[in-house]
Amino acid sequence: MAGPKTSTAATSKSSPAASPSAVQSLWQAYTDTTPSRLKLIDAFLVFLMLSGVMQFVYCILVTNFPFNAFLAGFGSCVGQFVLTASLRMQVNPENKVEFKEVSPERAFADFALGSIVLHFFVFNFLG
Amino acid sequence: MTAAYSLPQDISPSFITNTASLLRIVALALISAAAIASRLFAVINFESIIHEFDPWFNYRATRVLASNGFYEFWNWFDPTAWYPLGRVVGGTIYPGLMATSGIIYNALHALNLPVDIRNVCVLLAPGFSALTAFSTYLLTKEMKSPSAGLLAAAFIGIVPGYISRSVAGSYDNEAIAIFILMFTFYAWIKALKLGSGFWGAVAALFYGYMVAAWGGYAFITNMIPLHAFVLILMGRYSSRLYVAYSSWYAIGTLASMQVPFVGFQPVRTSEHMAALGIFGLLQLLSFASLIRSHVSSSHFQTILFVSVLALTAVGVGGMGVLTWKGWIAPWTGRFYSLWDTGYAKKYIPIIASVSEHQPTAWPSFFMDLHFLIFLFPAGVILLFRGTPTTTVLPSGQITTETKIRDEHVFVIVYAVMASYFAGVMVRLMLTLTPVVCVCAAVGVSELLDVYLDPSEPEVGGEGKDGEESDAASTGSGGVTATSGAPSATATATGVASPSLGKKSAKKEKAAAAAAAANSSTGIVALDSLVSTLHPPTRTKPGIWGLDTRLTILLNTTALLLFFVLHCTYVTSSAYSSPSVVLASQNPDGSQHIIDDFREAYYWLRMNTGEGDVVMSWWDYGYQIAGMADRPTLVDNNTWNNTHIATVGKAMSSPEEIAYPILRKHDVSYVLIIFGGLIGYSGDDINKFLWMVRIAQGVWPDEIQEPNYFTPQGEYKVDAGASKAMRESLMYKMSYYRFHELFGGGQVMDRVRGQQLPSVGPTLDVLGTFPSFSPPLTLLTFGCVDEAFTSENWIVRIYEVKKEDLLGRDLKSASGFAEGKKRKRSKPVSRRRAVVA
Repeated sequence: MAGPKTSTAATSKSSPAASPSAVQSLWQAYTDTTPSRLKLIDAFLVFLMLSGVMQFVYCILVTNFPFNAFLAGFGSCVGQFVLTASLRMQVNPENKVEFKEVSPERAFADFALGSIVLHFFVFNFLG
Repeated sequence: MTAAYSLPQDISPSFITNTASLLRIVALALISAAAIASRLFAVINFESIIHEFDPWFNYRATRVLASNGFYEFWNWFDPTAWYPLGRVVGGTIYPGLMATSGIIYNALHALNLPVDIRNVCVLLAPGFSALTAFSTYLLTKEMKSPSAGLLAAAFIGIVPGYISRSVAGSYDNEAIAIFILMFTFYAWIKALKLGSGFWGAVAALFYGYMVAAWGGYAFITNMIPLHAFVLILMGRYSSRLYVAYSSWYAIGTLASMQVPFVGFQPVRTSEHMAALGIFGLLQLLSFASLIRSHVSSSHFQTILFVSVLALTAVGVGGMGVLTWKGWIAPWTGRFYSLWDTGYAKKYIPIIASVSEHQPTAWPSFFMDLHFLIFLFPAGVILLFRGTPTTTVLPSGQITTETKIRDEHVFVIVYAVMASYFAGVMVRLMLTLTPVVCVCAAVGVSELLDVYLDPSEPEVGGEGKDGEESDAASTGSGGVTATSGAPSATATATGVASPSLGKKSAKKEKAAAAAAAANSSTGIVALDSLVSTLHPPTRTKPGIWGLDTRLTILLNTTALLLFFVLHCTYVTSSAYSSPSVVLASQNPDGSQHIIDDFREAYYWLRMNTGEGDVVMSWWDYGYQIAGMADRPTLVDNNTWNNTHIATVGKAMSSPEEIAYPILRKHDVSYVLIIFGGLIGYSGDDINKFLWMVRIAQGVWPDEIQEPNYFTPQGEYKVDAGASKAMRESLMYKMSYYRFHELFGGGQVMDRVRGQQLPSVGPTLDVLGTFPSFSPPLTLLTFGCVDEAFTSENWIVRIYEVKKEDLLGRDLKSASGFAEGKKRKRSKPVSRRRAVVA
């Protein structure tokens, strides 16, 4: 479960070493072109990522003793992250061609349903 | 544009649509009925009982669930299995099957239909086979067209490769697993196609159900990532793939960990690492594509590409290190033996000893799949080309494209993997069968599409628009219903009738085209639609005449009919026999039932104490627990190899060694299966070498396989049998008093086809010619007594003697009881016994 998160973070870190200006232009482009709704979603994504990283660091540094609790907590972060990222992709106006049959409202309903199912399993697994 | 035969023109599009859907519903209902009916041979010919070995445990567990409720079942500790150890059942089974039948049982009772739980269990598999047919229909519909879907549903409804594991009475995990497998795949395809999180969640829920139902869930766990990986390599990464895969993996993994038997395996074992790896890779790719959408510099893209590549390498390397360091468990033996096919035989004889784990021979492919196996590769090749997709543009134009789509890649990957696995292991024919049905249905429906389509090319007419994705012109040239054609139409309809699917699909296509074109000349749209798929040649040879069409169609129809005959024949003759009762034919054709198993099990149930432990080879553990209701030492859930080896050692050792083992394990009865009298080949003497091998794996010093062969290396039970063989407990128990049946004549073992020495030379010879087996008249026991032998001598039950009251060793005690002559012949052993 650690793979996706840490490596995504590492991608953004590895680029400044290559060209600082590219990151600046990336940030510029991002703030300019992204709609505010997507920015909101991105803020949530960052929060989820930080929460997941904290849990992982705790697991590594202190203990993984109730392993099911760790997996449930970390899994809920990762799962919620990817579900939110999916929502972001589906509602992004640029992706309209890809998701012909998924309207933004439908995407949100899917997101809500997926999150409910996910958290049902998370709470069941917390033990 | 001319037509080979004319079609009626004055039918409204809505009528066509309605008729098509009605026909589809009727066809699916008939397919379900056929699927259920063809699985009932065993119930009708014999009775409604559970077959085989494993289903007996499932049945027993389901009874606990039905009578004690779900929580009792979940926490069920079974003290009677694996006798001294017991078994935590809740944590060592896949509870999906029992839960399903428990739900059905309770639902039926809530409806005031008080059905016995046994009948629910017996008829569960036929019921679910109808659902399998339906989900195969759905999946194939996504691949090609509803008509192909109906063909696939019809195929999988009656194909023997699937019936073999799902006849009525075969209450095994596979009964529901194949339905769940197909529906999970359908939901996955749907999620991928639409990019819908909802279908991703559905796929995850069904995946969770699959994990709860069958150990073969690892197939899904690796198929979906493999599909995603192949798509990525083909450059077909899309946001839809991300949405589908991520929602499936995130929810599905958590769902799978709820099953106690699976537990933390999804993060700890190598079988599940492919799914995790692809999950990570998809995160990287999506992040990279997000960045790429914001920055256009090619320089930056290269950096991204390199970093993605490097991070992937780091991920893969990390997993390798984790596996190597032991934090991630390596492949388990059962899975590993699929790759290294010699592994099981060398290191884990208990896996190799199961007959289902042998490689598949060619004839069984034909027997299980008939002509589908020939159409299977053709279907795969057609899928490489892709099937036509008709899309209606907003402008009202109809576009048809023929190219490989994401879901086709899935079926191709599935076909390749499943073919390999089915070649390695007989049992995995089961996972191959659905994909064979899908591919063959694509092949057959493609054939029928071409040869049923009435359009004939005009000479040199439409040769120009051979390119794909040409818009079908609407209303150009009409097909007039000529008055002279009714007979041709009738013939064509007659040919088309064997499969309802083709007709309905044709009509549906026509309807879609007609509705889109807003004109009544739907047939024309269909014509031009099909002609774009098959670019017409300039000349007019080939298939376009009615005669050639009829030849091909009749041939295909005949093949389909033979398929039905073959399936029915194989199902009735090969796969519909409950192994609990053996049937044979009397000379006058009537049926003779051999019911020794139940006779013996019920003897045990009625005539022994509640807590009397029965020792048998592990094959019969579940049946003894289910039918005789007695504790067993080992059973079919072979989780403790050493315990099984203990039983193997007791069976293959002389009495002096076996008796302490029996006593230490509180064994009261020993049950063996002996087929020498009526020629039942699956008996314990034929399984004996596996007992020896498994025991040898644990005690290589005491049990050696070569000792059980003659010096020439033959496995014999007759006068030439080796010393270890004829002194083993199994040999003695099998042939004890066997000669009495022959009244002094030749004693024949009808399974081995060997003649046993009935009245051989007596005692002295035993010492002089050690290669001579003792005559059967002299087979006596020190430690066990014959307690029961069934009518045809198939099941023999021996009671273990208690220790001698005078403290003698049991052999000398029994020698004393039998008479002086015996005793005097073995003075040494007696003296030793007294000293001891």
